[in-house]
Amino acid sequence: MWYFVSPQIVFGEGALDAIDDLDGQRALVVTDTTLVELGLVGRAQAHLNKAGIESQVFDAVEPDPSVQTVRQGVQVAQEYGPDWIVGLGGGSPMDAAKAIWVLYERPDLEPAEINPFVPLGLRQKARLITIPTTSGTGAEVTWGIVLTDTEEQRKMGLGNRENVADIAVVDPAMAAGMPPQLTADTGLDALTHAIEGYTCTWHTDMTDGLCISAARRVFKYLPRAVADGSDMGAREQMHNAATCAGLGFGNALASLAHAMGHALGAVFHVPHGRAVSLFLPCTVEFAARETPGRFADLATLLGCTRAEGKEAARALTGYIRDLCREIGNPTSIAEAGVEHAAYEAQLDKLVDDAFNDTQIVSAARSPSYDELRQLFLCAYEGGPVEF
Amino acid sequence: MPLEFPSDEWIKELSNQLNASESYERSAKDWEGDFVFVVEPDEAYDATSYLFLGLFHGKSPDAAELAGEDEREAEFVIRAPFSAWRQVIEGKLDPIQGMMTRRLKLQGNMMKIMRYPKAAKEIVDCCTLVSTDFGS
Repeated sequence: MWYFVSPQIVFGEGALDAIDDLDGQRALVVTDTTLVELGLVGRAQAHLNKAGIESQVFDAVEPDPSVQTVRQGVQVAQEYGPDWIVGLGGGSPMDAAKAIWVLYERPDLEPAEINPFVPLGLRQKARLITIPTTSGTGAEVTWGIVLTDTEEQRKMGLGNRENVADIAVVDPAMAAGMPPQLTADTGLDALTHAIEGYTCTWHTDMTDGLCISAARRVFKYLPRAVADGSDMGAREQMHNAATCAGLGFGNALASLAHAMGHALGAVFHVPHGRAVSLFLPCTVEFAARETPGRFADLATLLGCTRAEGKEAARALTGYIRDLCREIGNPTSIAEAGVEHAAYEAQLDKLVDDAFNDTQIVSAARSPSYDELRQLFLCAYEGGPVEF
Repeated sequence: MPLEFPSDEWIKELSNQLNASESYERSAKDWEGDFVFVVEPDEAYDATSYLFLGLFHGKSPDAAELAGEDEREAEFVIRAPFSAWRQVIEGKLDPIQGMMTRRLKLQGNMMKIMRYPKAAKEIVDCCTLVSTDFGS
């Protein structure tokens, strides 16, 4: 027994128009200052206006949103009394919006209490719309929430099935202005979601097809979207790929690359998509020793090889690294600019944090502490995994 | 020789497996909190049993079958029908998914458990190492 949860998804060119038909009184738009300056928040507000919904903006969300920022947002929500919360942005604003919504509805909870094991009883005060402005996070359709505990420099994996958005508005025009580096990083996040969603132990018949479809689209369209941001065909395919991957991994789980990427991101502030992609090749090779058939199937379905076993995993990792090179992204943590001495100094913390990350529980091959340490070392150099 | 589940011998063997596991020790190095596993009756099992598992700083100092739930104080209690426990022990039901779908019901501070997901997995991995007789 398992669940598949999803918002109503409005997608494609002109999807923002769906906001015009909403019923409501007041909306709190949770976002960041850059998106306000770029005019993307104003576009969403104009549609809310057409629906007769007044709006207020909370734009204090930082990358890797903190618990403190969420508390500020909750206070704003409590004072304003919205019946819609709108999460507009990349993963950070959308995750912050989810947490603000939950705590606005349930002020008796602490952020760390947002877990999947208890009923929350949401939708008494407001509902949630998500509007992604990047093509990668999938947060528009997932119920997971990642917040950062700034005191412990640790990311917290939270969420409950109830806090999935009511409506996800997946309009490629909202991602059209992404610069090439952001397009590349977020696109690799979508690829990592797709591959880990397909290969983790929590994958299901309901999620497999979404993950494969998403991974194919990323390999085909990400180079085009990075090379020419005005290629709206590629933009739309990447936007849809990210949402499909979100549905795929969001109803399964991610895996080791995410556990390790969360640890790296929290300490060295490497952008999330880049961080997880740096660990994807080595974790694929590592996990494929446990479930070689699954990885061989994936490699075949992606069209990168018809080989089997270790050779298939090696071909798949080569395919991933080729994509990274093609879009100008690093293929090792050294190439990503993390100093070796600093990495060594933080290695114990990185291993500890990844070892206790929620995403590790669904790894196709569960690493020992020493194996995890070795994986961090392999990822630093970008070398093959021989264990 | 397979050990009957649930029984005093079975929970003591699980405790032994945990004490031999380096991965469990690493993943639960700061953990403090004992468990009582309540095995509830269903079509495959007609009694209620209580298994106490002491856990402290990566080791399991104590384990025993109890006569009743209140015989030993424990910070966490997990209840599930016999058949659900069997699926967990055989590796067919991920305990975290089991708790998410309410097939396993937990009493205790979930926030604390959420910080040790790897330790939870290691406990289940150790369960699968115990040669078990489910009586059918």
